[in-house]
Amino acid sequence: MVKELLKGNVAIAEAAVRAGCRAYFGYPITPQTELLEYLSSRMIALGRVFLQAESEVAAINMVYGAACTGARVMTSSSSPGFSLMQEGLSYIAASDLPCVVVDVMRGGPGLGNILPSQGDYFQVTRSAGHGDYHPIVLAPATVQEAIDMTVLAFDLADHYRHLVILALDGLIGQMMEPAELPEWQADPPTPDWAVTGAAHRAPNRITSMHLRADESEAYNQHIQRRLEHIRAAEQRSIEMYTDDAELLVIGFGSAGRIAASAVEMAREDGLNVGLFRPQTLYPFPSDRLAELAEQVGACLVVEMNAGQMLDDVRLAVSGRAPVEFFGRMGGAIPLPEEILDTIEMLCWSLHVVE
Amino acid sequence: MIPAAELERVYERPESLTALHTNYCPGCTHGVAHRLVAEALDELELREQTILVAPVGCAVFAYEYFNLDGCEAAHGRAPAMATGIKRLLPDRTVLTYQGDGDLASIGIAEIIHAAARGEPITTIFVNNAIYGMTGGQMAPTSLPNQRTTSSPSGRDVALTGQPLRVSEMLATLPGAAYIVRRSLHDPANIRKAKKAILTAIQVQQRGLGFSMVELLSTCPTNWGMTPAEALTWVKDHMLSIYPLGDYKVSDAARELSA
Repeated sequence: MVKELLKGNVAIAEAAVRAGCRAYFGYPITPQTELLEYLSSRMIALGRVFLQAESEVAAINMVYGAACTGARVMTSSSSPGFSLMQEGLSYIAASDLPCVVVDVMRGGPGLGNILPSQGDYFQVTRSAGHGDYHPIVLAPATVQEAIDMTVLAFDLADHYRHLVILALDGLIGQMMEPAELPEWQADPPTPDWAVTGAAHRAPNRITSMHLRADESEAYNQHIQRRLEHIRAAEQRSIEMYTDDAELLVIGFGSAGRIAASAVEMAREDGLNVGLFRPQTLYPFPSDRLAELAEQVGACLVVEMNAGQMLDDVRLAVSGRAPVEFFGRMGGAIPLPEEILDTIEMLCWSLHVVE
Repeated sequence: MIPAAELERVYERPESLTALHTNYCPGCTHGVAHRLVAEALDELELREQTILVAPVGCAVFAYEYFNLDGCEAAHGRAPAMATGIKRLLPDRTVLTYQGDGDLASIGIAEIIHAAARGEPITTIFVNNAIYGMTGGQMAPTSLPNQRTTSSPSGRDVALTGQPLRVSEMLATLPGAAYIVRRSLHDPANIRKAKKAILTAIQVQQRGLGFSMVELLSTCPTNWGMTPAEALTWVKDHMLSIYPLGDYKVSDAARELSA
């Protein structure tokens, strides 16, 4: 395989094709529209399903129907459109259906703007619409990682019969980088729960309804047991210079990548700073972060929002070290230099305290 | 006692229905509508090829009552869900079964666009001019001056508009191949409804476009009537607002229904 210069949105689309995505339903919204545009010709050329829906509401419900047939299916959107999909996500979640949803986050709240943001962290990690549920959430920081995580997303969705969200920001969606596309995957066999017509078997029925309290609680317990397995098996993160770090900088996606530059600059200045970049936002890589919190003097969370992952960091660190925050909001992108300023100030205060 | 050999079975449960007791109120015509759909699927030998998408509303358990593969959609989204299924399984028969709150109110965008795309699915639209499951609120299809729990003095059309005539509206779309309105208020009309359902499903089988049969139906409980009064109310009050007829029959569909 060779590396190609690929735009994030297009790379995700082609990775989904190669991962065996049989159907895509979507609606145009910046900054993810290239994904839809690319698939509009690519899927048709391959004899697969592409349909531009009348709304994000319709798109996610088309995905819901398509997922019922047992095929690998996907949609993509950006923050306001992703909000419109919440109801459908909840139904898909409560029907134990695998599917992949890409959220290329933009500045908000409201119509906001089309600039990169990480303001949907709560929305993607805390629930899928209403009810007790967490999707698996993957957060790439490079175009290559976006490709790899697209394939992983389909595999995890099928393995757990679970909703998987690929959460990136407009920066990665719009950026071009050299990256390698994945191998083509063979189609998995049609699962035995799929609705395909009840020929020579009892009817299959897919519903998210459990009218009696005991049935509904038992179903919720089933979801929670699955989430327990997911939390035990799927926490993923990347580290830099954590062996001797006094200050641990923590960021995901683009913010984590920019923070990595700031950490390199700090290291050149002789500061003992490390980086922890969560690749899964759910399950949050709490186990490893808790270990690191034992050995550092302080943590600095960097996000392109008002401090949302910050909550998960505080829960994982659980008082083992002070947790500070630096964030930019509404589509503003932090510069390595301003993160470095905060790093220097925190390192200075750590030594003053000593 | 008549010897078994001389007995002839003249009426039985269609194979496309399960033996479950339904949750429908006495006198509700959902049961009639279910039976007609099931008979049509049996006669066309499509039971094993059919996927039913159930609505939110009184028919929310339809997927349990039909002996078919089935799914339960979010409120109003059955046409979108059916689109997803049909696009993946184009050789299967895909039905949505929807009430008037589900289809004409919250799901109006989904049904219009499914029809506009000429999505080869079949919709059974059960119109009883009221929200049944939530206890009798006004629907877009409620009649002028109709008393409901959310229009206790009667539907004021100056405030809430006139009843929405879905069949007439969808008939304007080129993608719609077969759009008809029938009624379930007496045996003659029930027989016509059955024929229309058969045609609508055949329209789908031939890939001619979107097909829908609107069925005027009763809701004795929420109308505050006996079952017999409710049937009369359909005849006396609904037919003038919702005239029966064929609103769109494409040329290709006409050959089928002839």
